Amino acid sequence: MEILISTAIGFLVACGIYLMLRARTMDVVIGLTLLSYAVNLFLFASGRLTSNAAALISPDAAAYADPLPQALVLTAIVIGFGMTAFLVVLAIRAFGDLGNDHVDGEAGK
Amino acid sequence: MMGHWLIVPILLPMVAAILMLLTTRMGRTVERSISLLAMLGLVAVSAVLLNASLSGDYQVYALGNWVAPFGIVLVLDRLSALMVLLTSVLALFSLLYACNGQDREGRHFHVLFHMQLMGLNGAFLTGDLFNLFVFFEILLIASYGLLLHGGGPLRSRAGLHYVILNLAGSALFLIGVGTIYGMLGTLNMADLAVKVAQAGPEQLRLIHISALLLMVVFGLKAALLPLYFWLPGAYSAASAPVAALFAIMTKMGVYSIIRIFMLVFGIEAGVLSNLAQPWLLPLGLVTLTLGIFGVLASRCLRKQVAYLVVVSVGTLIAGVGLLTVESMAASLYYLMHSTLITGGLFLLADLIARQRGNVGSELRVGPTVTQPLLLSTMFFIAAMAVVGLPPLSGFIGKLLLLQAAVQQPSMVWFWSVILIASFFALIALSRTGSALFLKTDDTATTGVRTGRVSLLAVTALLLSSPLLAVYGDVVSDFTTATAEQLMQPMQYIEGVLGPQPSSMVNSMGGEQ
Repeated sequence: MEILISTAIGFLVACGIYLMLRARTMDVVIGLTLLSYAVNLFLFASGRLTSNAAALISPDAAAYADPLPQALVLTAIVIGFGMTAFLVVLAIRAFGDLGNDHVDGEAGK
Repeated sequence: MMGHWLIVPILLPMVAAILMLLTTRMGRTVERSISLLAMLGLVAVSAVLLNASLSGDYQVYALGNWVAPFGIVLVLDRLSALMVLLTSVLALFSLLYACNGQDREGRHFHVLFHMQLMGLNGAFLTGDLFNLFVFFEILLIASYGLLLHGGGPLRSRAGLHYVILNLAGSALFLIGVGTIYGMLGTLNMADLAVKVAQAGPEQLRLIHISALLLMVVFGLKAALLPLYFWLPGAYSAASAPVAALFAIMTKMGVYSIIRIFMLVFGIEAGVLSNLAQPWLLPLGLVTLTLGIFGVLASRCLRKQVAYLVVVSVGTLIAGVGLLTVESMAASLYYLMHSTLITGGLFLLADLIARQRGNVGSELRVGPTVTQPLLLSTMFFIAAMAVVGLPPLSGFIGKLLLLQAAVQQPSMVWFWSVILIASFFALIALSRTGSALFLKTDDTATTGVRTGRVSLLAVTALLLSSPLLAVYGDVVSDFTTATAEQLMQPMQYIEGVLGPQPSSMVNSMGGEQ
């Protein structure tokens, strides 16, 4: 499971960075979204990967899952979602103001 | 005891912002009154908090009454009290200036302004690393809205760059925080400081990497080399009161660097102690140098002031990088001075631009300003203060910094870069002054006279410089006490977590 999760995070980061380096706003938005997915998975994994482990204390639990990263990742998802929504609106606004979707606002480059 | 006072600087702006949203339909006079009243209240509360911090005790407020390493705590020490007061003073005059009508160029200016204050105050007061991230995001999303306030293609473009960069920065912040949590199992700053000192050798490399990741993120906020390219565009595109408030945002990055790298990776952090030392001084000096090139090359007053912000950040980080009590005290003095003066300069640039008609703040031949004597005197004082000529506070700040560098191995570099940079700043600002006030053509001015309230706001910010100079001994006593407090992370740890077992204190002391 560790290999699966770490390759998934690495793949998402690679795709995210590739898209972020492109000059069109929508590509950058999708790139940032992929990067934030990767970061969320990473945060989740920072509490170690467990399966079938209780997050709350119970007398017959053999092992526990760390509940804190789950709370952190929830916060990060909410913030990331809000920021992405804002960025999409801003990208549309910039398209309206500048007449093209280049990140520097200059078409044809 | 402070009781619940510690959370008021966060709650007051939030409640004010919500109230303003609820009363949107009651007209904009109501909105302004609520906003200004809340702002005055915030200044008063900040003064109370500063007064409470003078004793040197750490005031700790456990949110939801969860005890320290498990719950989130707010911690008030001299540094955070100073930053909160500085923020509210700067914000009060920016807000006053905005009431000249600029707050009506877009919707919800006051709401966003108070949300930003909430984020700033929270970030200064929190004692938890993840909570710091959350408050960063609050202040950032409010600042995105404020930056776009008024609209226009220039702001859209600058805003797009600013938002994308900061989102990438947030991703890095989370990776750093996640790695630290994965290694040490805690996010409370005091607890982190204890755990870092006890970290096993197999954990050290990852902790080191995540600490440097955090430095990259804070460097982005502080506009440190090579991450400052967003700043001149964003700050010169923002409307004047917003740009003035943003003068504290770069200092937010400096504050985070001081907080994390003095406390968590400070002198008692065992193998990882003083981890930031090899980076801060050179980065600060190079940032300062490149900032000065920007100041010299700017063809527009607003852009020039934005580059002066970069210069002040470079100076500050270089001062912090010396890592002595004297240099830290001098840096904090310089921080107060540079925040208030660059804030005032942004407002002054707007006053000048409004009186020059179509030419605005661009440095080319244009009509005479409507009130030449008044504005040129103000510009002269502001320029003297920001360059560091006696008798104003910039001179004292730089003098203290230079004194702190005496007998340091890096003294030659530090002295020469700071002195040469001041000289070039002097040249650039003299040229700006003559371009603005002397090289005028005969076209009739179309500018309007400045209203009393705007004038009051700018004068008050500029007056901070002579005041900081006159009360220099009081202020530098306070910053010295602050620096001494910062140099004793064990006191912070005991203030938050309670007395530590003496064996650990000894082992931590022994590893220095």
